Amino acid sequence: MGSSNSTLSKIPNLGRLIEETGFTPAHIKRLYKRFQALDKGNKGYLSPQDFGSVKELATNPIGDRIIGAFFSQGQETVDFHSFVRILAHFRPLDKNRAKRPDSPEPINSRISKLRFAFQLYDQDNDGKISRDELLQVLRTMLEMQVTEEQLESIADRTIQEADLDGDNAISFDEFRKSLEKVNIEHKMSSRFLH
Amino acid sequence: MDDSISCKCNWTSKYLVCLVIFLSGALWSSRDVLSNAAGATTKAPPVNSPAWTQVSPKPQTQPLPVFTINYPRIQVPFEITLWILLASFAKIGFNMYHKITIWIPESCLLISVGLVVGGIMYAVHGMPPAVLTSNVFFLYMLPPIVLDSSYFMPTRPFFENVGTVLWFAVVGTLWNSLGIGVSLYGVCQIEALGLKDINLQENLLFASIISAVDPVAVLAVFEDISINEQLYIVVFGECLFNDAVTVALYNILSFVATMPEVETVDVFLGMARFVVVGLGGLFFGFLFGFAAAFTTRFTAHVREIEPFFVFMFSYLAYLVAELFSLSSIMAIVTCALTMKYYVEENVAQRSCTTIRHVVKMLGTMSETLIFFFLGVATITTDHEWNWGYILFTLLFAFVWRALGVFVLTQIINPFRTIPFNFKDQFGLAYGGLRGAICFALVFLLPQNITCRNLFITATIVVILFTVFIQGISIRPLVECMKVRRTNRKLGTINVEIHKRLMEHTIAGIEDICGQWSHYYWKDKFKKFNDRVLRKILIRDNRAESSIVALYKKLELQNALELLGPAPSDLSAAPSLMDLQTKRNFPASDLRNMHELLSKNMYKIRQRTVEYTKKSALPNDSKVREILIRRHISIRHSFRVGSFPRTGVSKRHRFLSLPPRKNMESRSPPSRPSYTSENLLRAPIIFRHGTWIPVATLDLLILCSSIVLSAAELNNTIKQIIFRSRLFSTLFGFVRSASYTLPPGLASLDNAEGPGLEDKQSWKMTLHPCSGSRGTDLELEPLSATSSVSQLQRFSSRQERPLQNRYHQPERREHELGQQTSREPIAEGLWGQPQRDSWTAHRYSRSRDEHRPGGGNLPPSAPTGWAQEPLIQKGGGSQNHLNRRPHWRPHNPHGPQSPGQVD
Repeated sequence: MGSSNSTLSKIPNLGRLIEETGFTPAHIKRLYKRFQALDKGNKGYLSPQDFGSVKELATNPIGDRIIGAFFSQGQETVDFHSFVRILAHFRPLDKNRAKRPDSPEPINSRISKLRFAFQLYDQDNDGKISRDELLQVLRTMLEMQVTEEQLESIADRTIQEADLDGDNAISFDEFRKSLEKVNIEHKMSSRFLH
Repeated sequence: MDDSISCKCNWTSKYLVCLVIFLSGALWSSRDVLSNAAGATTKAPPVNSPAWTQVSPKPQTQPLPVFTINYPRIQVPFEITLWILLASFAKIGFNMYHKITIWIPESCLLISVGLVVGGIMYAVHGMPPAVLTSNVFFLYMLPPIVLDSSYFMPTRPFFENVGTVLWFAVVGTLWNSLGIGVSLYGVCQIEALGLKDINLQENLLFASIISAVDPVAVLAVFEDISINEQLYIVVFGECLFNDAVTVALYNILSFVATMPEVETVDVFLGMARFVVVGLGGLFFGFLFGFAAAFTTRFTAHVREIEPFFVFMFSYLAYLVAELFSLSSIMAIVTCALTMKYYVEENVAQRSCTTIRHVVKMLGTMSETLIFFFLGVATITTDHEWNWGYILFTLLFAFVWRALGVFVLTQIINPFRTIPFNFKDQFGLAYGGLRGAICFALVFLLPQNITCRNLFITATIVVILFTVFIQGISIRPLVECMKVRRTNRKLGTINVEIHKRLMEHTIAGIEDICGQWSHYYWKDKFKKFNDRVLRKILIRDNRAESSIVALYKKLELQNALELLGPAPSDLSAAPSLMDLQTKRNFPASDLRNMHELLSKNMYKIRQRTVEYTKKSALPNDSKVREILIRRHISIRHSFRVGSFPRTGVSKRHRFLSLPPRKNMESRSPPSRPSYTSENLLRAPIIFRHGTWIPVATLDLLILCSSIVLSAAELNNTIKQIIFRSRLFSTLFGFVRSASYTLPPGLASLDNAEGPGLEDKQSWKMTLHPCSGSRGTDLELEPLSATSSVSQLQRFSSRQERPLQNRYHQPERREHELGQQTSREPIAEGLWGQPQRDSWTAHRYSRSRDEHRPGGGNLPPSAPTGWAQEPLIQKGGGSQNHLNRRPHWRPHNPHGPQSPGQVD
């Protein structure tokens, strides 16, 4: 207990972080330790290189996109607060927490989970998944298994399926609609260890 | 409407009742004749039965008998066949009126029919069905059921929840067995019940029997209301694995029950044996699963027997495990799970369909029979009724199940991403129906157990109670409790891609957090699989993404659906039965489509002459064509209302056109430099299907080749151009095709037409699957002298402008309704009722108009088509043509002149 307190006491604005992200102190503590482990040289922030040292992430086809999601536009560093806030997207939904109408949308709501996924596609942040953006993702995910032509066919089909307004791109609304039937709460949740 | 249905039902039920009476009559009368031989049906039929000599005495002095009856010779298969038929008829009966099976599970109905039949048999003879022994059950009836469940196990959700499934299956079953056994032993100590002679071992044995849950009915309900995936898979997996646990436990306990004294060491030996039995089953399952996968690697040239390996190897796994007294259920489950993935990639599409269908058929049949026999046995066995014991059994079975689920969920919940809430727990607990396994196990009880009859009675009561009361009430309860639902329908490509992305995301996030879950193991296994297993087990070893696989999956589903819509299948796996297209078409269209699809399939088979040869299966090409066309229809369905575009936008790629040219930039129309004579000399082959016209394809699929006039060809080409975007994308996806546009034909789509002579006729021939490269369409000019006058021609005279055609849904429906079965072409529309029906109509209409008789075909040509080899032209295609017979439209009323058509 003592060690837990000492770890937690190092984190500034702990209360706000907990309220904002919904993590328990135990979660925060564990994440903080992980943060420190990733943070080579105790800089107090993480750089893309720090993420790059995660071996498994290098083999993840969309690894660099995930890393990119941690860094807001133009920034080269991410501090602990932002780190936790990003991870909070993946917290499972709370079942029992009473919904206060005045409270802001929780960070792990379905819609923000979706938005996170959407942003992994939408690299140029124009609010749309263009055919090229989709192709890039498909290419990395499918690797060498298919020919370029097949890739394009898949991309075409995907866009055709989802594209409702005929602009040959998938907007967030269309994205959301196409995933209406998917249990996003389940798919985009990770069970954070204590 | 309702009246007519009920009328039909009445009629059918009368028919069925007659059949049931007849069949059961046949069954017991056969036993009258063979009273001595009855009960020995599983052994070799007695040849010199005394009863036999009474029926047809054969004194040696008599001359050669002109007419003899040799019933014993056929008795066993005969009776089995009758039983199966009887049960199947019953099943048909329930499904006549679908609303029955919605509210009352089929198992209940089957048991009820069994009760009736049993009652008849009891009243007449009192002999239990001889076919039913535990040996028969375990060797012949259980394997298909287990194979069915495990083969159609939704793999991904299963492995995502494998921990929970095993937790409930193993620990839950042990919990139930111990709990019920010990509490019943406690009850037995009550003097008033007079059950002091049942000792603890026997109670435990009995408890192990009735702790096997078999929620077929529940699964059907869950599937119907698409309950959330976690709950579904846990119930599904639990029932599968707890069978294995129960049987193992039963074997141990039945050994223990016969021991005079149980020592501590025996308890540990029992536990060790439990583990050995389970792991042994697992081992043999893997062994034979991989063996099966490996074998199918080499079956490319013996497609006919391919499906066989699946059945033989899984059965072998079962039998070998049984040989060593290991868990045979475990073995067959593992075997099926192991081989499924590899086998399905190795075998041909057709074999795959066959495998799935036969697995399903055998499983359903076994299940039907078991519930049916359950009803029969309820009446015909000797019962020993003890109110106290039976009521307490019921109570404990329910209480311990509920308690077990509650406690076990509390333990497992912290380890789950999505914990089970109270409603899920209720569904899990209430879904604990007892079924086939209990029934079979209790009949397997050794005779020396004192209260065997009491156990049998109690088990049957428990089964009946759970199946009837819980089975019927679970749907309303679950619906009214609003247990979480999920959409288990197969997704679109979008969903598949986004899901993949999300999985990668979660995996990445978990890596960042330095923790791993099943995604980690999934990744590890996938790597191992790609690097090692696939190389060994799969012939065409190319790792395949799930996104690419979705196409295959859709194809398979469609193919399976072909063999008959089976939405009400008891344990149909969700991934299999849920057609994605169901979501995209309105119900009426879907029904039409179903009809068209299934009918068309058989038409095609009839027309495939190779099929009649014993040695060869029909080639896959026709099916492929069908699937291809279905793809198109699926593609269209994504763009409801947007399909019929008259203008084709620039961004579309046209594979059939020279690179970097699209519709607009095409060179200005010029008259073709080819004269018809030139064309006559050089048959034009369109490679790889980039130019298959849909309208013509309808005909081609039915008759392999058709003859067109130049104007018709011109028209067809227009359609080709119109649709080429779809085809090119499609074919571009299916296989990256090489394609060349014959020079001169590029301009065929201009308004004036190619300028071919009107007298010129063209033969279009489809050569599916020459080699493995897709479909060739051959366009071959016919000499003016030879053919036109002889051949019925495909008329395009009555085409409305394209746009109009597509925008007349009401009319289309109306026309569809008026179709009759004598129009084969109408049935030949496959997967595209919406867009293609016009072709059929146009065609059938024009045929009728051409025919003075107004469509009365001679009986010799019921389908309106005749098989006749076509006059063959073009040396280059001679081989093709020789190999395949050609079908052509046959006009029974004599030749048409070309002028009449145009």
